[in-house]
Amino acid sequence: MVTIHQGKQGHEAKAGLSRRELLKRGTIGAALVISGKAVLCPANAWALETTALKPDTMATLIQLARDIYPHDTLADRFYAIAVKGQDTRAGKDAAHKALIEDGIADLDRRAAPGGYRGLGWEDQRVAHLRDIEKTPFFQAVRGDLVVSLYNQKEIWPIFGYEGESYSKGGYIERGFNDIEWL
Amino acid sequence: MAAPYDLKDDSVVVIIGSGAGGGTLGNELAQKGIDVVVLEAGKRIEYDEFINDEWDSFAQLAWLDHRTTGGGWRVSKDFPNLPAWIVKAVGGTTTHWAGASLRFQEHEFKTLTHYGKVEGANLLDWPITLAELEPYYARAEDKMGVTRTNGIEGLPGNNNFKILKAGADKLGYKECHTGNMAINSADRDDRMSCQQTGFCFQGCKWGAKWSTLYTEIPKGEATGKLEVRPQSHVIRIEHDTSGKVTGVVYADKDGKIHEQKARIVAVAGNSIESPRLLLNSASSMFPDGLANSSGQVGKNYMRHTTGSVYAVFEKPVHMYRGTTMAGIIRDEARHDPSRGFVGGYELETLSLGLPFMAAFLDPGGWGRSFTSALDNYANMAGMWIVGEDMPQEQNAVKLHAELKDQYGMPVPDVWFTDHANDDAMRNHAYKQGEALYAAVGAIRSFPTPPYPSTHNLGTNRMSEKAKDGVVNKWGQTHDIKNLFVSDGSQFTTGGAENPTLTIVSLAIRQAEYIAKEMSSGSI
Repeated sequence: MVTIHQGKQGHEAKAGLSRRELLKRGTIGAALVISGKAVLCPANAWALETTALKPDTMATLIQLARDIYPHDTLADRFYAIAVKGQDTRAGKDAAHKALIEDGIADLDRRAAPGGYRGLGWEDQRVAHLRDIEKTPFFQAVRGDLVVSLYNQKEIWPIFGYEGESYSKGGYIERGFNDIEWL
Repeated sequence: MAAPYDLKDDSVVVIIGSGAGGGTLGNELAQKGIDVVVLEAGKRIEYDEFINDEWDSFAQLAWLDHRTTGGGWRVSKDFPNLPAWIVKAVGGTTTHWAGASLRFQEHEFKTLTHYGKVEGANLLDWPITLAELEPYYARAEDKMGVTRTNGIEGLPGNNNFKILKAGADKLGYKECHTGNMAINSADRDDRMSCQQTGFCFQGCKWGAKWSTLYTEIPKGEATGKLEVRPQSHVIRIEHDTSGKVTGVVYADKDGKIHEQKARIVAVAGNSIESPRLLLNSASSMFPDGLANSSGQVGKNYMRHTTGSVYAVFEKPVHMYRGTTMAGIIRDEARHDPSRGFVGGYELETLSLGLPFMAAFLDPGGWGRSFTSALDNYANMAGMWIVGEDMPQEQNAVKLHAELKDQYGMPVPDVWFTDHANDDAMRNHAYKQGEALYAAVGAIRSFPTPPYPSTHNLGTNRMSEKAKDGVVNKWGQTHDIKNLFVSDGSQFTTGGAENPTLTIVSLAIRQAEYIAKEMSSGSI
């Protein structure tokens, strides 16, 4: 779960929760912080700046991305990188921006009063996603994510995928037939 | 050394496409001293430029011109603009193919005879027999360096094969080995041996896998009788008032339109583009398209009954290491209707890298059920099902009624729905595949739906009688003597086997026929 703290420039938490309510929920994992136009992850020293989408929307997108393709071995930054393209596209395409902003707003309404990120269990959030999985919004996010997440070379070793092998001479001397447990 | 031919030179044989059919035909004709111009829609990308990266390679090689698809198959829903995963580049889909090189079985040339009438299927016997094709299979196997033929050793088995073999033994399958692969197991034909790199589908960076790109084409060019013109996208075939074809109109890389005159035209653009081109060449004399008096151009589109089974084990497999498809079980390829379907299927090793596994394991899938499969990627083994599908007249490559390509020509609209026989076969194969992996300790298995088609067949089919098909036993169109079809669209039925070896064999045979007819002056 990700908790959004209200930034100093006065961005409202999407769900309209008070800071006190947010704190009451506690956090699991690293907390994301909205600051200005960025989503920050102080614990892991990364920030994602938004240009078109609201930073709050981006923070929800990061949670949404994890709920669509949950891998407990992957840190939030990989999901943040994966959805960054939505912000870029929203900057060039007003219709796409509306699709994403409206889609996130709709999710928050469905998850009222606490909003989508306010739901503590993945199952609670996924129940809402099952209701919207046929929508253009969900399809746009998932369709992009299946490439933008799994095509990050940095995550391949986490899954035991070694990627390019030609420069290493293939696997002829590196274990193409090394299975021993059979 | 490559001979540049004049656009007005009407003595040349023009071949459209440079893959297994077109590239082979071009070299075979050039070796006989015949002047050949090969027009290839894609770029010339040499093998050292191939990319060991699934999406980057896809962008480099795949045919991504606009296409649409419909019908009951799941691909039309999951990949509405990607009915087929084939290549636009010199060498065509021989850059991307896995190398499996199997001969058809005797009965597969005579399916109507052996299977009888199957309701809803448009079965027909080929006008040729296995015996007629055998000498050409032998020449193709030698040309391509197929393992387990011509004294060529089999490839060593990788981890994915070892799992397949152990499971095959447990299930009592008898014919399981590392395949008949057009991939060098030792240096041969000035090409090096397989380095177990994986990425066979992304183009072999060693040149160990046979592709017309670095075998047939340079050999043909070395004769001075073959010119390959890349980035030359043919949009129409022209004919004269006698009904003979006279040349082809194509767009070059800048979109400039040219006409190349020709004595003979051979169409080898794969089973989507070839019928599309014939249909798009309609004229007042041939209002339904060229060579279409039968109405069969574009019909009977086949794509093999496919599917995959992936399974997760307790311990690592690393299935992506090594030759992708060097592993086969042939026991189910027989025709045995007691299984509840006609025809048969092969089981072949297969793997995808993580990016493509995510895209193809369960297209559209998400959530823990999906991601927990990928979490075990390193412990996964995989196999591909490839079996005979039923030709059906309504499965067809049509011209889209509204959408046009960059040259103003209607885009292809690919319609496919599985026949009940296809479904029964696939379900049988899923069951066998899952049982095989369970027998060697699989924890979970995944019956994975068909990918966009790699084996596209049948849309200009071969027939004894002109009313039943588009081409005769030589691939010559029934209607137009100097117009040939030289790719898998000639296939009357699909067999259970990967089609490339048969395409190459037919092209060698067709070259002999064309040379003979040219010297006798009949064409």
